[in-house]
Amino acid sequence: MGLISVKLEKRNTPPVWFQIFAPFIAILISLAISSIFLLILKKNPFTAFYYMFVGAVGSKFALLEMLVKASPLILTGIAVAFAFTAKYWNIGAEGQLYAGALAATWFGLMKLPFSPVVYVLVIIVAGIVAGAIWSFIPGYLKAKLKVDDVVTTLLMNYVMIYIVSALLNGPWRDPVTMYPSSPSIAPNAYFPKLIPQSRLHLGIIISLLAVAFMWFIIKKTKLGFEIRATGASSRASNFLGINTVKSIIIVSIISGGIAGLAGVGEVAGVQYHLIQTISPGYGYSGIVIAMLGRLNPIGILLAAIYFAMVITGANVMSYNLHIPIYISDVIQGITLIVMLMMLLLFEYRIKIGRGK
Amino acid sequence: MSSFLTLPFWIGFLAATVRVATPLILATLGETFSERSGVLNLGIEGIMMFGAFAGFITVYLTKNLWLGVTLASLSGLLFGLFMAFLTVTLGLNQHVSGLGITIFATGLTYYFYRAIIGSPTVPPTITPFTAISIPLLSKIPIIGPVLFNQTIITYFALIAVPISGYLLFKTNFGLSIRSVGENPEAADAVGVNVYKIRYISLMIAGALMGLSGAFFTLAEFNMFLYDIVGGRGWVSIALVIFANWVPAKVFWGALLFGGIDAIGLRLQGTSISVPFQVYLMLPYVLTILVLIISARRASAPSALLKPYRRE
Repeated sequence: MGLISVKLEKRNTPPVWFQIFAPFIAILISLAISSIFLLILKKNPFTAFYYMFVGAVGSKFALLEMLVKASPLILTGIAVAFAFTAKYWNIGAEGQLYAGALAATWFGLMKLPFSPVVYVLVIIVAGIVAGAIWSFIPGYLKAKLKVDDVVTTLLMNYVMIYIVSALLNGPWRDPVTMYPSSPSIAPNAYFPKLIPQSRLHLGIIISLLAVAFMWFIIKKTKLGFEIRATGASSRASNFLGINTVKSIIIVSIISGGIAGLAGVGEVAGVQYHLIQTISPGYGYSGIVIAMLGRLNPIGILLAAIYFAMVITGANVMSYNLHIPIYISDVIQGITLIVMLMMLLLFEYRIKIGRGK
Repeated sequence: MSSFLTLPFWIGFLAATVRVATPLILATLGETFSERSGVLNLGIEGIMMFGAFAGFITVYLTKNLWLGVTLASLSGLLFGLFMAFLTVTLGLNQHVSGLGITIFATGLTYYFYRAIIGSPTVPPTITPFTAISIPLLSKIPIIGPVLFNQTIITYFALIAVPISGYLLFKTNFGLSIRSVGENPEAADAVGVNVYKIRYISLMIAGALMGLSGAFFTLAEFNMFLYDIVGGRGWVSIALVIFANWVPAKVFWGALLFGGIDAIGLRLQGTSISVPFQVYLMLPYVLTILVLIISARRASAPSALLKPYRRE
């Protein structure tokens, strides 16, 4: 049917240069497509992207702010990528992030008599455990009972966000302002600042460790092999004697734990208290980042930095040119789709011709 | 608490159940068409969001409710077409394509809403659809006020259930949809155009999802709110599984969840000790529980998630 016929021909693995440049090409194509929506509002795309770029890296302040945004994005990207490597569709990084933030706040509010080093470690562990538990539930349901992972992980986001809302409007409501935000956590649980007079905190180092952690686990360990095998083909994995049920449960725990860490960083490194809008969708951005980074740890690091630039830059663009801030979501959606299309070129040559 | 025992309470509750179930019925029927043809459409949440916006903004600018409903459905149909291009023509991963559409459509919705409306302290309103009492039928005790005193979109949803069931199970077209979802190679061998059937199914699905979204802004409420769909699209994905891909069961599933939503709305404020968020999260928790129960007997279309490439 139609005037155009699209034919796909199997090809061998494309050259390495193409594999490396594909995400960059995807970024350029998606920015070009996003320009359409700027033009609809009669905004000059070049001016807009200029402000976006300057807003993200144009000054030392901008650059540091961008890195503050990058740390949760790296973590959610890594969290999602771990799960997707095993073809476990964890779309619940957002809820797991909130679970981590909730646990960090809970322990932070206890005002325990710990030294800063110990207290920071305590809330980090609390956040990892909370995210891991929240993610273990759908992971277990998927692995043992074949309950659809996409739906459970997504729905649990809403459940967690309502739990946080109940706490913020109930027992944790700030008694002074009566605003739905928790009181501040203990100052000795704050993440240390890396650079004085900036907001750059320990979180970015944790994020880089998570990148190294993923590289090590996936590439260097037996567990990583099992995770990759589970993702490649669960039937073949069973044949090889790999316990895919176990792999999926483990991957769900790791994935949730890392997403939980992102929540800890936002509470202890940025806000110092819990608010309803602690994440503007970092968990969902993690999906885009994981795909743009091709589930590769270094790729994810770069993709997260790119989207940190988009998000930070969109603020400045929005402020100066009155372009709705949501352009950054539009760019994220388009980038995800374009990157997915690029991945097709890894497997196939596309022949476009006249229809029959 | 004595009000729980009165007839007006129950009639009010059941009527609210049907009202709240309406968008779920429409979206779940849409997803059923999509999945029956072999494509999981995770674009559902975003398509509903865009439909809610398209319907609202059309009525806001033109005061024409029918044009709003039409354009909302049309926007859904176009997103369905796009989803078909990605997953049918290109054979891309259905999970990621759908999520991409949801992120894109939601972003676009907020982007244009903010561009057109700005950010006023009180969101602008429109005059929504009002309930129409159907002569004679609305006079039937209990059933009358529950089923036959609703808005036009609810009537459409109620009629769409048997029509969808008839289309899917009693017509050649429905047989084609089911066959390309079960065994596309065999369907192709007997002359069914797999691509065409999947395209059409996804477009029907999209139109229903767009209309479902419009219900929120044009009937349930009279304004557009951020995250107005609030995960109802994801609930619909679960309802498809619960309903075992059968439209008649979609109806009962949607009513069940509409009921839980409606209970929550009614119980809010009756008890001080339970925070209202507990009622708000109830439908999501219950959806997960129902999924666990129905996972064992769920029999998804065999070709779901599998792209078809003609050699």
